[in-house]
Amino acid sequence: MTEATLQVEVLRYRPETDQDPAFQTYTVPYHDDWVVLDALNHIKDNIDRTLSYRWSCHMAVCGSCGMMINGEPKLSCHAFLRDYYPNKVRVEPLTNFPIERDLVTVTDDFMEKLESVKPYVIPKQERAVDEGPHMQTPAQLNVFKQYTMCINCMLCYAACPQYGLTPEFVGPAALALAHRYNLDTRDAGREQRQEIAASNEGVWDCTFVGECSQACPKSVDPAAAIQQTKIASTIDWYKALLKPWGKR
Amino acid sequence: MSRKPYLRKMPKSWWLAQRRYTSYMAREASCVFIGAYSLLIVVGLHRLSQGRAEYGAFLDALQSPPGLVFHAAALVFALIHTLSWFSLAPKAMPLQMGEKTLPGGAVVLAHYAVWVVVSAGVLLVARV
Amino acid sequence: MAKSNKPIVWSLFAGGGMLSAFVTPVLIFITGLAVPLGLMSLDSLSYDRMLVLAQNPFAKIVLFAVIFLPLWHAAHRLLTTLHDVGLPKGRIAMTVCYGAAALGSIAAAVVLLRI
Repeated sequence: MTEATLQVEVLRYRPETDQDPAFQTYTVPYHDDWVVLDALNHIKDNIDRTLSYRWSCHMAVCGSCGMMINGEPKLSCHAFLRDYYPNKVRVEPLTNFPIERDLVTVTDDFMEKLESVKPYVIPKQERAVDEGPHMQTPAQLNVFKQYTMCINCMLCYAACPQYGLTPEFVGPAALALAHRYNLDTRDAGREQRQEIAASNEGVWDCTFVGECSQACPKSVDPAAAIQQTKIASTIDWYKALLKPWGKR
Repeated sequence: MSRKPYLRKMPKSWWLAQRRYTSYMAREASCVFIGAYSLLIVVGLHRLSQGRAEYGAFLDALQSPPGLVFHAAALVFALIHTLSWFSLAPKAMPLQMGEKTLPGGAVVLAHYAVWVVVSAGVLLVARV
Repeated sequence: MAKSNKPIVWSLFAGGGMLSAFVTPVLIFITGLAVPLGLMSLDSLSYDRMLVLAQNPFAKIVLFAVIFLPLWHAAHRLLTTLHDVGLPKGRIAMTVCYGAAALGSIAAAVVLLRI
């Protein structure tokens, strides 16, 4: 009995030998419960040990395995072969990031941007341990909860054409993360985050393409976070204009 | 091991590569017609200020074939703008009811309702 | 990174976008399509009617808003669109886009005051 198979076309790049990336095609067994990551693992284990790629949890929570699959940014553990079979599956590293090797991208820019938005609770006053925990109602949690769901998978940066056009753009995930803390009732650090978020390279580089939210596997909706930040920043700006004697 | 990261160039035609990017461009392109229409109103008011004959010529131009073609195209793009603007509205204005957020559909529906009322109002004023 | 002055342009963009979303389709329909489609008489846009309308001070304010806000919305969106298709968002592009909007706005004000 002949096994069903699928062609997987992978963009390879070996910095020590290659001038440019080039596609290499592999034939893998087709199983209707396999994801693209299973195909890649099969290739690495049985066909070509030199193939390099990031992965970890295989269940769409760690954010490691983001790749371009037939031109769409997806988690390779979240893209089922049955949705492509019997057609060829084209796998490339995430767009808008430099390629380190094969499907591994250089993520330094993303990491720096995440850190730059001060992604931690900045309370109005430091709280002593014996004061007990902050209290928060379910309603207060609901305001920011969706923005806490980011798994740092960078699919949104790959999807965002503005990030491609302007690499200085702080980007969807970082801005959604800033918004997460700004909306948290325990936090009083919005003013500090505005240095980055309200800068030209912050929310103002966004033109609301919306592809970031489309690509997000966790329904974080970074596009919404950015639009809300634009509105809040605009209100700030007019307030500052109309009250120059206010606190500065 | 020496590193040599490879930077892929973003093609100028990036917006043609995916259907959703092209839809975004169509939405952005609507601004050409929105802007042109504003200028058309300015021209119309200018002709009005010049006198009966000049304004009459303007009205004739509106009804001419190029005028019709422009208006048809402008209407298509104005509708692209309206529909896309309404569909994105809930993202900019999350409304919380108790512990839950109001579904986006409600916000969109409210926009359409206002649109119908405003349009009906303008049509009534125009006809009277 | 310094805080941006983008809010002023963006608030015009947002205001113009909102206004044009609600009002522009029906206006285009009235000025361009209702009459040839036989749904409205050309008298609705007659010189006498329009003059009375345009001379009303409240109507002048409304007309100015209907011209001004969508114009700046369009200018800002055009600038970002040119950037999207590869033109740099430099001084020249900004001068052309915002300059055109400024000239249009001034022209609108002058005309409305003259009527």
